Amino acid sequence: MIKRFRYQIAIFLSVIGPGIITANVDNDSGGILTYSQAGAKYGYLPLWTLIPITLLLIVTQEMCSRMGAVTGKGLSDLIREEFGLRTTFFMMIALVLTNFTNVIAEFAGIASSLELFHISRYISVPICAVAVWFLVVRGNYRSAEKIFLVACCLYVTYIVSAFLLKPDWKEAAIYSVKPILMFDTDYITMLIAMVGTSIAPWMQFYLQSAIVEKGITAKEYVQSRVEVVVGCILTDVVAFFIIVSCATAIWAHGPKDINDAADAAVALKPFGRYAYLLFSAGLFNASFFAACILPLSTVFTVCEGLGFESGVDKRFNEAPEFYWLYTLLIVLGGGVILWPNFPLIKMILASQVLNGILLPFVLIYMVLLINKKGLMKEWTNSAAYNTVAWVSVAIMIGLTLALASITVKQLMQAQATPARSAPVAQSEHFPKMQGYDSGRHALKADVGESRIAHLIRQTLGIRKFAD
Amino acid sequence: MGHFYGRGRFSMADEIFFLTELLGLKVYDLKGRRLGLIKDAVLVPLIHPSRVDRFLVGGGWAWLTVRHDQIRSISLDGIYLKDEQLTPYHSDEYMLRLVRDLLDQQIIDGQGRKVVRVTDVTFKLQHEDGSDVLSILDIDIGLRSMLRRLAQGVAPPRWIRRVQTIIPPHSIRWEHCSILESDPQRRLRLNISNKILERMHPADLADIVEDLSPDDREAIFETIDSEVAAETLSEMEPDVQASILESLETEKAADIVEEMSPHDAADALAELEEKTSEEILEEMEQEPKEEVEELLEYHEHSAGGLMNTEFVALPENTTVAGAMDALRAHEEILENLNTLFLVDSGDQLKASIPLARLFTAAGATPLRELASELLLQVDVKERQDRITELFDKYNLLTLPVIDDEGKLAGVITADEIISLLREK
Repeated sequence: MIKRFRYQIAIFLSVIGPGIITANVDNDSGGILTYSQAGAKYGYLPLWTLIPITLLLIVTQEMCSRMGAVTGKGLSDLIREEFGLRTTFFMMIALVLTNFTNVIAEFAGIASSLELFHISRYISVPICAVAVWFLVVRGNYRSAEKIFLVACCLYVTYIVSAFLLKPDWKEAAIYSVKPILMFDTDYITMLIAMVGTSIAPWMQFYLQSAIVEKGITAKEYVQSRVEVVVGCILTDVVAFFIIVSCATAIWAHGPKDINDAADAAVALKPFGRYAYLLFSAGLFNASFFAACILPLSTVFTVCEGLGFESGVDKRFNEAPEFYWLYTLLIVLGGGVILWPNFPLIKMILASQVLNGILLPFVLIYMVLLINKKGLMKEWTNSAAYNTVAWVSVAIMIGLTLALASITVKQLMQAQATPARSAPVAQSEHFPKMQGYDSGRHALKADVGESRIAHLIRQTLGIRKFAD
Repeated sequence: MGHFYGRGRFSMADEIFFLTELLGLKVYDLKGRRLGLIKDAVLVPLIHPSRVDRFLVGGGWAWLTVRHDQIRSISLDGIYLKDEQLTPYHSDEYMLRLVRDLLDQQIIDGQGRKVVRVTDVTFKLQHEDGSDVLSILDIDIGLRSMLRRLAQGVAPPRWIRRVQTIIPPHSIRWEHCSILESDPQRRLRLNISNKILERMHPADLADIVEDLSPDDREAIFETIDSEVAAETLSEMEPDVQASILESLETEKAADIVEEMSPHDAADALAELEEKTSEEILEEMEQEPKEEVEELLEYHEHSAGGLMNTEFVALPENTTVAGAMDALRAHEEILENLNTLFLVDSGDQLKASIPLARLFTAAGATPLRELASELLLQVDVKERQDRITELFDKYNLLTLPVIDDEGKLAGVITADEIISLLREK
């Protein structure tokens, strides 16, 4: 009896891991800053996205882990075997480019978190890049991972902070379930970035490989599913409190863009002089953790899909492609940061947008794969499940197309009025050039869309938000 | 022999043909009319291990089968037939379809001892009295074949052949490859031999198998020789051992476990669910079953859980010559043997003798005189950290373990301690 019970616990402990780790890496520097930006610029408005995002996150992560458990193969392996080399090749190129910007974002996170303590990025980034390389290739990454995971408890500071700031909970609750859409570049970019940071393409590859590597089989999959779902919810609970903290601490005093880590750290101001320290430690941990996982996961995915030897247990000449790509990702990812006047925070946000654009393509292949009877046997998707998946794909493509059309439109305008420069950069340089105006621009958007909000407020008797 | 094309000698290029070039090639009948395009090439391994037996041609609404003896010539300009009696294509279990079953799939490279993914296939093109025959020469992996795949159908084949020479080739000879097929029945029909796998060192095979998907692992263990399977399984991580044993038919699992050393067998069975391990034990022969069951009783982290029962215990009055005779009778355990034990009539441990001392002593010498001064032994319940301490302190290779009645129950060997310490 006792033996049986211990066996059960052992099973649960042995499958705990992939889902929770993925969830925590999910809230990397890109995540923290995207959510901060969302809250600081639009207040409680973007909160409604979190429920659909959580749903979408659960659906995608569950599909990946199911595929991993049933087939025992990684996602890029499956894409290669079922769709051939050419598809895999272009998918991998896109993934490497997107993940490269994500790696830059992680190093940007490292740089900006340490700059709060006046540590120059010219010192912090090279040291951390070398540290990451050695930790993963030569060191004991497994034990380091436990430290990172424990340090992820730093996210609790956001929850505490949100309560201490006394936000308008009613407002937050309403906007959590009330979708607001505006045909506005900044807003749509923000939405895509939020989806992109929560459901990053690389995570699907990483999670599936992690499930396979753990040796989780179809039989143990039920426990694993619980863990994956818990992980997804955890991710978005943290996101919720980051947005609420930023909305209360920053947006309530006037919407603004987050331009550096110091701006974002304001969300933790109830901790007084420790706010910087806590924010910086949290951001550093998140960035460093992701900087360890992201390049490695990218390289594994690419080598798997294209059939190169891979693994840190291989020597350099046994797996040259593996080591070259890994080293390049880290060296270039860190190197770009050292470019003079490199706009760190903007780079981080841009990387999340790229994630959002690549995601639907990854999703399409995932849904196609998981419905193959020969591959998944009795574990294929149900009809309802497929509907959810395809609707998500459609929404993501819709958002991407919206962003593209707005960008093109602005590109045309930009030719007429040179002040409004390059398209993507436009939305990002905007605040800097016309600092205050951007705030008003956002406010105007709020006022513009909020006729319905106004009605609801009247009927519910809630005070007008944003003073 | 498969590599001369790697040096760019393309004047002889027609000797070599790639699968990427074959696909989409036009097929012409006797009058030079186009019948369709090549969609796949088929090997029937039961007939010939490397010759392309049939080609599948897609034209209108159905695929046709072209036998190799119906072909007059094969070149980059197309395939010309000498016999137009083509049959419609029917899927057949005996066929290995190169595009469907091989391209982009994983295979085992028996010489490089690793799992690789097929990017392209290199054929040898032979002109045999009035007909052209293709046989597989190499399996291509790596960048060069990747370039061919990416450029296939986009750039002219002759241009691809010229450009690819800037990248060094990376290929595996066909006879060193072992195909993966997760259906054991089909493995037999496709005549997939396990010889390549069985010739590998069990540790290498274990590494390879750990890289495979559960279905492929199962198929290999289902068909491989039980003795090799047992050795391979012993080299694997406990959780992988468990998942493999669980996936196999109980009878096959029992065969494999019987071939393992009792200690390894007990370790593997301890990882399984109780019901499964009992079913497997049920199927085993009486003698190995009892030994394994005995070991299963002990706690995993005690001396009993660490020990194995492969030792040589001799009566107290044995001479060197007698010991040599005894050893000759137990060839199978010699490889890892380094200590002999002397026991009295009640199986009580009396002395331990380092094996090497036998070589310097005369045949008539009683073993007692060669014994180590210090007789170290531990109880089956001894904790593992205490045991590792003893190994470290006394530089042991083998440590005898005695049961509650003082009888010699087994030995702990240094390699077990090394595995234990590495796990930490």
